[in-house]
Amino acid sequence: MSIFDRAARGFLLVELVAGMWLTFKSMFKPKHTINYPYEKGPLSPRFRGEHALRRYPNGEERCIACKLCEAVCPAQAITIEAEPRADGSRRTTRYDIDMTKCIYCGFCQEACPVDAIVEGPNYEFSKETREELFYNKGKLLRNGERWESELANNIDLDAPYR
Amino acid sequence: MTSEQKLKTMTINFGPQHPAAHGVLRMVMEMDGEIVERIDPHIGLLHRGTEKLIEYKTFLQAIPYFDRLDYVAPMNQEHAFVLAAEKLLKLEVPRRGQFIRVLYDELGRILNHLLNLTAFALDVGAMTPMLWAFEHREILMEFYERASGARLHAAYYRVGGVHQDLPAGLLEDIEEWASGFPKFIDDLETLLNENRIFKQRTVDVGIVSAKDAKGWGFSGPMLRGSGIPWDLRKSQPYMVYDELEFDIPIGKNGDCYDRYLCRVEEIRQSLRLIHQCIEKMPSGDVLARGKAAPPSRGEMKHSMEALIHHFKLYTEGFHVPDGDTYTAVEAPKGEFGVYLVADGTNKPYRCKIRAPGYAHLQAMDHICKGHMLADSVAVLGSMDIVFGEIDR
Repeated sequence: MSIFDRAARGFLLVELVAGMWLTFKSMFKPKHTINYPYEKGPLSPRFRGEHALRRYPNGEERCIACKLCEAVCPAQAITIEAEPRADGSRRTTRYDIDMTKCIYCGFCQEACPVDAIVEGPNYEFSKETREELFYNKGKLLRNGERWESELANNIDLDAPYR
Repeated sequence: MTSEQKLKTMTINFGPQHPAAHGVLRMVMEMDGEIVERIDPHIGLLHRGTEKLIEYKTFLQAIPYFDRLDYVAPMNQEHAFVLAAEKLLKLEVPRRGQFIRVLYDELGRILNHLLNLTAFALDVGAMTPMLWAFEHREILMEFYERASGARLHAAYYRVGGVHQDLPAGLLEDIEEWASGFPKFIDDLETLLNENRIFKQRTVDVGIVSAKDAKGWGFSGPMLRGSGIPWDLRKSQPYMVYDELEFDIPIGKNGDCYDRYLCRVEEIRQSLRLIHQCIEKMPSGDVLARGKAAPPSRGEMKHSMEALIHHFKLYTEGFHVPDGDTYTAVEAPKGEFGVYLVADGTNKPYRCKIRAPGYAHLQAMDHICKGHMLADSVAVLGSMDIVFGEIDR
């Protein structure tokens, strides 16, 4: 570049004007921001959010207390105690997940042989105290009831890849 | 002031709550006026004991820890660990698994460079690129999420391949995005490349000679910015990098501006790799089904052997034979290596992590000596510091 050329570019602020022009043009482009919480980004069926314990369609709990999720959990966030129920079937008496420890790696749902513990599409479960994030069996089953249609749909969609 | 009077240097504290400190870096600076005399980076504020924790986890459970090292490009870190474990197990990854890994490594590289370049620009005064880049980072994170289920902490790579096959339609969407993305890089370059403020802040600032770069143990764009064409993807190719065509951009002067240009060009090369991966993507399994991988869901439900294997794998894990290996990958920030010692049990005996940022940060004092205070921020920005991997 000749010295005159450079001087002219320097005085005329060519590169600054080009940048400003680009910024100006982008004012008329459609916005990419979304109006959360009224609009939300897309989620795939694989999304790993809040946990839930599922039931079979007849209302029976899926979890058979095999404790695979407890064993595989890298953060050791799951605590399970089990006893045979009155009808002789093996069920959990305690199923706690410490959501403050959980790292949402998805190993529990991967390990679960009966698709009982799953990580659902819900990511809006912030709480005001730690205690509220220590989920027990009742809370997890309630989650399962609340999200069952989405959970079942997601598992169906993802089934060919599992 | 007479020649006999000596000015005492002033010590100032930079960080750890400084927005330009890129996380939790604390630097104690000795200043002579506005000139930096000495910089002493204090690290360790984000130390979580990852290496020690991994010794108490099975090989599968160790994977999520690698997401949390360099959390800007998580999958590249996982790759180093699973490669090391595969080397000890002598496992062959299926072709489709290899291509998916390369594809996601390159997406991770773009994810990292987009954040680094624009945060660097923000450090030296340009705010717009950051706001624009996050739009594309969002798209990339959605690609991460569709494959792995998480936007950031993916835990997608497994010893022997990747966790699940890509869902239908994802490759087409990545291809479509990759075709339109060069427009954004052009815009980014229009904003920054010739901008006089950006150039004043970066050209001839933080020069590292090729000799120094080698001496301080630099890698990645920091080394290439100084003119040394060294890239592990070329020099010791892993996965299918030797079958793909791409170039290694190098800088000339080793200053902040050259490192910036190197990273921009690396994004373009990554796009080339992504196009090639999608074009050549073979069909087949993504995980080497063997003792290190769980059986497929359908098999587990019907075969007793598979169910036993499933239970053994998720409780005890798999045993890795005696041996040690140093395996490194070209992470976006440089050479990310894992020195893995296995003693025949289901847990690593030792897992040393070699983070590129650590080697870069140690040269902070060397590079910044004699520069102005504001230049140290530019140098820090061009170093691509992420504290997850430095403090581990």
